[in-house]
Amino acid sequence: MTAAPKPIRSRFGAESLRTLRTAVILPVLAVILAIVVGSIFIYAADLIANQGAFDFGKPITAYAALVGGSLLGFDPIIETLKQAAPLILGGLSVALGFKAGLFNIGVQGQFLMGVLGAVAVGVALSAQSPLIAVPLAVIAGTLCGAAIGGLVGVLKAFSGAHEVVTTIMLNYIAGNILAAFVVGPLRVPKAPAPVTFSVGNASLPIFLGKTGHIGILFAVVAVVVIWWILYRTTLGFEIRTAGASPEAARYAGMRPRRIIILTMAIAGGLGGLAGAGELLGVTHQTQSSFATTVGFDAIAVALLARSNPIAIIPAAVLFGAMRAGAGQMQIQAGTPRELVDVLQATILLVLVILPVFARRISGRGGKVIPAEAQTITTSYASETVAP
Amino acid sequence: MDTALYGIPILGIVFQIAGYLIAVLPTAAPTILAAATPLGFGALCGVVCERSGIVNIGIEGTMLTAAFTGWIVAIAAVAILGPMDPGPLGITPALLIGLVAAILSAVAVSLLHAWLSISLRVDQIISGTIINIAAIGITGYLNNVISAASPTSAGQFNKIEPPSGLTDLPVVGWLFDAILNQGPITISLLVCVVVFQVLLFRSRWGLRTRAVGEHPKAAETVGIDVIRLRYRNVLIGGAFAGLGGAFLSMELSNSFQSDGVAGRGFIALAAMIVGRWTPIGAFGAALFFSLFLTLGQTINFLPPGGDLGVIVAAIPAQVFSALPYIATIVVLTGLIGRSIPPAADGRPYEREATA
Repeated sequence: MTAAPKPIRSRFGAESLRTLRTAVILPVLAVILAIVVGSIFIYAADLIANQGAFDFGKPITAYAALVGGSLLGFDPIIETLKQAAPLILGGLSVALGFKAGLFNIGVQGQFLMGVLGAVAVGVALSAQSPLIAVPLAVIAGTLCGAAIGGLVGVLKAFSGAHEVVTTIMLNYIAGNILAAFVVGPLRVPKAPAPVTFSVGNASLPIFLGKTGHIGILFAVVAVVVIWWILYRTTLGFEIRTAGASPEAARYAGMRPRRIIILTMAIAGGLGGLAGAGELLGVTHQTQSSFATTVGFDAIAVALLARSNPIAIIPAAVLFGAMRAGAGQMQIQAGTPRELVDVLQATILLVLVILPVFARRISGRGGKVIPAEAQTITTSYASETVAP
Repeated sequence: MDTALYGIPILGIVFQIAGYLIAVLPTAAPTILAAATPLGFGALCGVVCERSGIVNIGIEGTMLTAAFTGWIVAIAAVAILGPMDPGPLGITPALLIGLVAAILSAVAVSLLHAWLSISLRVDQIISGTIINIAAIGITGYLNNVISAASPTSAGQFNKIEPPSGLTDLPVVGWLFDAILNQGPITISLLVCVVVFQVLLFRSRWGLRTRAVGEHPKAAETVGIDVIRLRYRNVLIGGAFAGLGGAFLSMELSNSFQSDGVAGRGFIALAAMIVGRWTPIGAFGAALFFSLFLTLGQTINFLPPGGDLGVIVAAIPAQVFSALPYIATIVVLTGLIGRSIPPAADGRPYEREATA
């Protein structure tokens, strides 16, 4: 073999102070600032809706409901974990793409294909033993996701079709495929609106409280597996090399087409697993459309975690907690649930702005483009393949 | 033996398809161009940004902000100025104020993107994602709060309604109908596409933009202010996205729904790539997309008759709903192939130290 490219990035930060800053102080500051921005919005809503009557404690009521619905108590915490599970898997899917220099906007479609595979096999095996039905339904969902992800990889590898275009288009195509099956062969006969049967015995077993399904564990296991693939296998090394420098990967004799197809198939499988987990663990059946915003939430989670597989867990739990508590906030305080999006955007914004200012104030590195800033966007505009 | 199918000659079906298209497309042509308008403006935004080296995936959020701002400012203007009779094309002062506000809001959002990605050199996809999430959150939140008061819409821009002497012309009449039976924002898109195609490849600004997008260092050495040009282009792009957003809430309809852009910003991004980062190409891709979008809707809504109708009835309706997305992938993989972005796309630029 020719000389291997130098390691892309040290896995664990060398300076403990810097680690402390990025891991603790920055996120805490971001959350505090998000709370402040959110309060402004809550006050603004109060002013518009109540014609000037002003409730000074309104933000406290709203945030108390948000935290109460997501963190205070056993059931809220389970709800948070359930919301976090698909975000972890989706975030991993996007992050894996970024590592290889691919921008995967297709988690939405991969998720929907996972839903389809899981419901088709789950309904067919709904009377079988769970020992057979559950694994087969999960695998079916994962494979369906992997298929649509792999298709993106094949199109990119052999015709150079930009994955941003193909993933966006396939998101809509996947929605239509799911609808076609639910309206057609999977439909409960004589049901007033198209809906599938329940997956019955193929439902994911509950291991936490009343609703904590094992899909939560799938997500954690997936994090470990992806970390292992990325940092402990040849494929992972190739993925990271191709992402950091396609030229280096080619000169080192790596096969870019194989890397692209495998990466997209694995990423698609993660998205499919997320969909299978939601269907088999939460809804157990589906209508002709499956409402989810996982595709775009997953991008935000991956960006928040800077594509680091381990960091995806806290990022997804943070977003999951907000999703879990948003309903309570709307019911108890009358604050629209979209406030959660405002909070998430603020957190993301603060996390990217503060390090820049910190560098400028400390006077060092002001001229240096952060390494991570070069990996993500360049993936969008880089050429991973030169056939 | 199922021999019935052999009775249908392939050539006959081809003729039936052609006949159906000839019957349907001229009537649908104005709808196609209207559906392409937000995509075309979004794609123009992308072209102007990315040609100067700034990736903008925040088009969706920018359009959403503009759609909401234009709608609500027009309502506020009616409340302040009092209702007025609409002039030609349904234009009222309130609507014009709303349109200006929509464009300004989009430019403001773009200024945030420019500041983050050009001055702070933050990752441009993160910046765009922040804009998308924030726009969904802020517009959805405010819409939720405001819609409790169920405000009365300020109306919308009307179509031109070309003279029937022009649209009734044989053979080419439908073309006039398609282009002229439109509101002012759609017409302005046609002008913008042509003007910016020429500007991008024939003007000093265009040459500089392309130079900065391909090789900013070289551009800087010949005296081009890379930072300022990128700022300017991102703001121009914002104005385009603003027009696209305003179209949705002030010309296509007179209302705003939460997440009313519904992915059009991302389709616009795709159109930009399929159109290879040129205004005409991007607009062509948007038009191609809406052609199949409208065709798919028409087939489900007004199915063809005869043997073709039998075949169409046997195909699930979702296949036709998915038609524009499938067609885009087929065209991209089969005809367009590899689209190569500007070389410096997405790469933050940093001036050489002068001190």
